[in-house]
Amino acid sequence: MARIIIDKDLCTGCGSCISACLYDALELNDDGVAVVDADKCNICRACVSECPFEAISVEGAQNIKDDKDDYHGIWVYAEQWDGKLHDVAFELLTEARQLSADLGEDLSAVLIGHNVKSDAAELNKFGANNIYLFDDSTLAIPNEETYAYLMADLITKYKPAVVLYGATAFGRSLAPRIAAKLNTGLTADCTFLSIDKERKLLQQTRPAFGGNVMATILCPEHRPQMATVRPKVFKKEALSSPEKCNVIIETVNLNDFEPKSHIIEVVGFQNKELRVEDAEIVVAGGAGFACQEDFALTKELADLLGGCVGASRAAVDAGYASHPNQVGQTGKVIAPKIYIACGIAGAIQHLVGMENSDFIIAINNDPDASIFQIADIGIVGDVKVVLPKLIEKIKSHKAKQLAV
Amino acid sequence: MLNIVVLVKQVPNTTQVKIDPVTNNLVREGVPSIVNPYDMYAIEEALLLKEKFGGKVSILSMGPAQAKEVIKYAMAMGADDGILLSDRAFAGSDTLATSYTLSAALSKMGKADLVLCGKQAADGDTAQVPAELAEYLGMGCITYVSKICDIADGKITVERTLDFAEAKAEVSMPAVLTLNKGINEPRLPRLKDMVKAMYMSIQVLKSNDLTLDEKRISLSGSPTQVMKVFSPERKKSGYVLNGSSDEQVSALVGELIKREII
Repeated sequence: MARIIIDKDLCTGCGSCISACLYDALELNDDGVAVVDADKCNICRACVSECPFEAISVEGAQNIKDDKDDYHGIWVYAEQWDGKLHDVAFELLTEARQLSADLGEDLSAVLIGHNVKSDAAELNKFGANNIYLFDDSTLAIPNEETYAYLMADLITKYKPAVVLYGATAFGRSLAPRIAAKLNTGLTADCTFLSIDKERKLLQQTRPAFGGNVMATILCPEHRPQMATVRPKVFKKEALSSPEKCNVIIETVNLNDFEPKSHIIEVVGFQNKELRVEDAEIVVAGGAGFACQEDFALTKELADLLGGCVGASRAAVDAGYASHPNQVGQTGKVIAPKIYIACGIAGAIQHLVGMENSDFIIAINNDPDASIFQIADIGIVGDVKVVLPKLIEKIKSHKAKQLAV
Repeated sequence: MLNIVVLVKQVPNTTQVKIDPVTNNLVREGVPSIVNPYDMYAIEEALLLKEKFGGKVSILSMGPAQAKEVIKYAMAMGADDGILLSDRAFAGSDTLATSYTLSAALSKMGKADLVLCGKQAADGDTAQVPAELAEYLGMGCITYVSKICDIADGKITVERTLDFAEAKAEVSMPAVLTLNKGINEPRLPRLKDMVKAMYMSIQVLKSNDLTLDEKRISLSGSPTQVMKVFSPERKKSGYVLNGSSDEQVSALVGELIKREII
């Protein structure tokens, strides 16, 4: 049975492991040695790396995949719909160029769909050395089961070391199916990826524990190492002179495969209203508002600035705003020109959704709120007092502009 | 008649976790355990389907002994029975090992027509278990379901949320569905039902009770490992405005003008 073991002779009682534990499972005994409460311990291993004296180890090793050294290269699954590539494919390729350089291995994209050959050229501009292409009329409407079947076959055939997916609604359904088929690891919604050059491993960092802390996760013994990344976490940047790439056309053989689910039709395209992820100016509100009427101040300010309303998870939970406007780990990841955080304390799960904004303004009555750590300009004050004044001043400025 | 299994997870109420501003560590004291809020919608939807089509609603959870509480809560809402997978031998499971273990339990439980799940768990937020589980069980899976439209001829028709649109989709049963928050309004259990649930029995299954490949559970079945957990230090690049609130607001408006926002 798997468990955490603490070497009594090595443990100095420094307590580093106690503060690292997410589950409150460690304490010092009367001899000043750390002990584990097995009922609370989740064997997450956060304490193992935290111990400065290497006193903590894990019993119950993993299966080792015998042929893991045969896996090379980085793949990006390039999501498309109706032949139009999702921006997240370009964002992943842009980021993966650095990973590919650090790993010293090729970067490839996988494209599945119908009449998508022209998309291959687009992927090349973002740095894919190889493009694996499945193009068939049966693949016109994306289907997780069918696409997972093809992906798993392709991965088994070419053995990539890393496969990245966009954490879209579709990608979040596709990637776990592939992980289960291949019996490998998958890390959801990463916000930072890097390569451990020595061990040639992908370091996958994501918010954990409800977005209150960050965790770096490895998949040391299984291949491929797989991760999903939310749209807009990485910036896309085309190459000015991309190298020529190989397009490898794969045969689509679905004779032995019948998916159990499928999409019948797309029924409702989201309306054309400005979406929070597309807005250049976002006025976001959080738990600092006492009621819905007060929260409406964010809308008033957003309208005045030609922007869009955003909301923290607390504001959505309170019913002040709806989920499509939620910013953060479980909402949208955005990077507007101006982000005005009103009454938002700044939990990690929120910060990872907006920290790439160009200019951040924070208004909060708690001077110790984390939001001020990443804000460019802060006002310590009650949103209910500050916002009406701000709206009034902007209105009078605009009136003056008109008068001139 | 529908045989419905709802997957329910007990999670720490992570919205109540605070970070110590001095040590940058998590303050865990007094953080209660709750039913994963997203699972409430799955329990409620299962009860609504049972009311419409008849059948049975079973709850399946995996976790320490105290996770019985969340099953009891679901029973108080109206679930018929509950199973808890609880064994130290399951500890350290990542999403893959968890899915594998749950799939073994579902195989043992017999014929389920429908497995309903919340869209994700509020502590891990990965949303990976339902689709992995469906793969292990050879079932279809539709995620982010916003509406269950119809069940007929062994098929279930739903509306699912994609990034850019809603889509109508169908899946043959048995199937796994994950439900959007807000698909229904989860009922509050009545006091007398909470009392009744206290006396309902929960079947606890250990690893010996299931047909399992030991290499695929717990740590040995978990490809992913946490290397480190940390609170990121964020560098303070900005400044807090001084003066009265009127002066602060004026300074901010000045900044907006400078940046040609207004």
